Amino acid sequence: MQSKVKKQNAAKRAENKTARWLAAPGLILIGIFTIIPISLALTLGFTNAQLLAPTNPDFTGLNNFKTLLGVSAVTLHAAKQPDGTCAVDENGEIAYEPLRPLTRDNSPRKDLRGKSEVKRIFANAEKCSVLVVVAGDPVFWRSLTNTFFFALIVVPVQAGLALILALLVNQRLRGRNFFRTVYFIPTLSSMVVISMLWRFMYQQDGLFNKSISNFMPGYAPIDWLGNPKTAMPAIVVLSIWQAVGYHMIIWLGGLQTIPAELYEAVRMDGANKWDEFKHVTIPGLRHTFVFILITITIAALGLFVQINVLTQGGPLDSTSTLVFQSFTRGYQRQEIGYGSAISFVFFILVLVIALIQRSMTKRLDT
Amino acid sequence: MKLNIGRFASYFGAIVFTVIFAFPLVFMVMSSLKPDFNLLQDVGTMRSFLPVGPISFDNYVGVYDRIPLLRFIFNSLLVSTITVVLGLFVNSMLGFALARMEFRGKNFVFAVIISTLILPFEVLAIPLLYLMVKAPWISFNGGFHITQGIFNNYQVQILPFIANAVSVFLFMQYFKSLPKELDEAALVDGASWFMIYRKIAMPLAGPAIGTVSVLTFLPMWNSYIWPVMTVQDEEFRPIMIGLQYFYVNFGTAWGQIMAYLTILTIPVVILFLSMQRFFVNSIATTGIKG
Repeated sequence: MQSKVKKQNAAKRAENKTARWLAAPGLILIGIFTIIPISLALTLGFTNAQLLAPTNPDFTGLNNFKTLLGVSAVTLHAAKQPDGTCAVDENGEIAYEPLRPLTRDNSPRKDLRGKSEVKRIFANAEKCSVLVVVAGDPVFWRSLTNTFFFALIVVPVQAGLALILALLVNQRLRGRNFFRTVYFIPTLSSMVVISMLWRFMYQQDGLFNKSISNFMPGYAPIDWLGNPKTAMPAIVVLSIWQAVGYHMIIWLGGLQTIPAELYEAVRMDGANKWDEFKHVTIPGLRHTFVFILITITIAALGLFVQINVLTQGGPLDSTSTLVFQSFTRGYQRQEIGYGSAISFVFFILVLVIALIQRSMTKRLDT
Repeated sequence: MKLNIGRFASYFGAIVFTVIFAFPLVFMVMSSLKPDFNLLQDVGTMRSFLPVGPISFDNYVGVYDRIPLLRFIFNSLLVSTITVVLGLFVNSMLGFALARMEFRGKNFVFAVIISTLILPFEVLAIPLLYLMVKAPWISFNGGFHITQGIFNNYQVQILPFIANAVSVFLFMQYFKSLPKELDEAALVDGASWFMIYRKIAMPLAGPAIGTVSVLTFLPMWNSYIWPVMTVQDEEFRPIMIGLQYFYVNFGTAWGQIMAYLTILTIPVVILFLSMQRFFVNSIATTGIKG
């Protein structure tokens, strides 16, 4: 009896030992190339590390984050003329006092030092005043809003369009494999290739402008990627075009797990197509829905390649994103410390969104 | 009658989407066959989607003359293949241990792997670059030396991408689906766990191996940002970086650029068409199980 126990223990130990050997190479590599970089991202943000500096980085506390996240506001005034209107400059614009002396390093207002203007709001004609929002890093706030703008459009549109495509090619259509393949091919090609191709089509004398002007004589060609108003929407369109086929396949996988009997059952009850969709298809796709939501959201928040190839964040920072800014600061300007601080903020953002979506999953499951 | 209208609408929709997804790619391939003058003249008309005018492979010859094309293709194939092969070993071993064996710390390891699944690589790229610049490496130069920095070589393009949480996860799911009795029977026959992995689990893991190979190869072939940051020597550059050679005189050689984009796309499309089953299964199942 005792020897049997001993034997079992020996087997357990052998299992434990072999498991560790099998797991070791993968764990060591994940440790070095994932866990250490995560720890670095979380710590380098508190230093002034430079990429190629020979000296060791200094600990600078919250400095990077103060610059990155620092926001303040100041009211500027213009002289009031006897007739009650505000003084104007030679361009006819209201001549407010200059902001510059207030943001210098010797500014009387400590909270404004080193900051730059983001936006002027609440212009008051009575008092001849305007509220100026200033930030330590206006590009960061532009990048943050751009990133969210991109995600808020891409996530629902791409998920919805992918579902429409999946429903379309899930029917018994002749040639449906051909259709699936065509919708999927842009996904295979790299985003770099797709971006270059669309760059050619978006040009002033490119495919889109020339085609439109063939139908509409007198149409003034738009510089799609060179105009702050159209650059981001242009990137949204090409991004959805490239990636939607991938999520179509995921939806298809979900559709095929729904048992055919369920459809037959509701059909017996006299349900029409819409009832089928509402009572069988949608509930059957819950898990797929959450997965798609999470993957598209994370991919959208990481928007980078398109920006790097097409616009470099321009024009006027209208297409700068968090990851792009972190790349510019950390790699091109070699300010690893500051770039890591941006990565840190991005990391927290992704984490929070993933947790929110995770809790949504739990609610859907019950 | 109503049904027929529905079917008609479906076919109509499917064809409209086919046009939307295919036209840029058709445009790309057709443009690659035309001289720049004809190519720009055809833009905006139906001619840009047809092989009309003076058709030739001149642009492809031009690409070949402008950049070290074969070197780049060789580099990309080498880096992608080594990563795929090493990744198959490392990730399947870890996946096997997690799926079928008991060991201390298993739950912790599992939690770590799942949580790295959601991290986009872009977040890690900057700190990883810092790590690689500062990391020690043993180099051989008449004798062994310890040098600082891993960049401008093949290693920097391979090492960070061998172990991969998604691959581990896929192997784990697959090994879990094999019946537990296999291990028990083998253990009774005196086989070691390593033998079970090598002689039983891996030979049965064909579909998982196919899926993981495809899902590793594709991003490696397409990788761009990481090599831009870490590889300056032409000798080690992968194929995607070749695009930068066309930025120089941008706008002058669109035909060549289109030819190069076609060269970059064709291998993955062929890979896809020949391994379609693995592609579709892999993507579809990640969705269901995630």
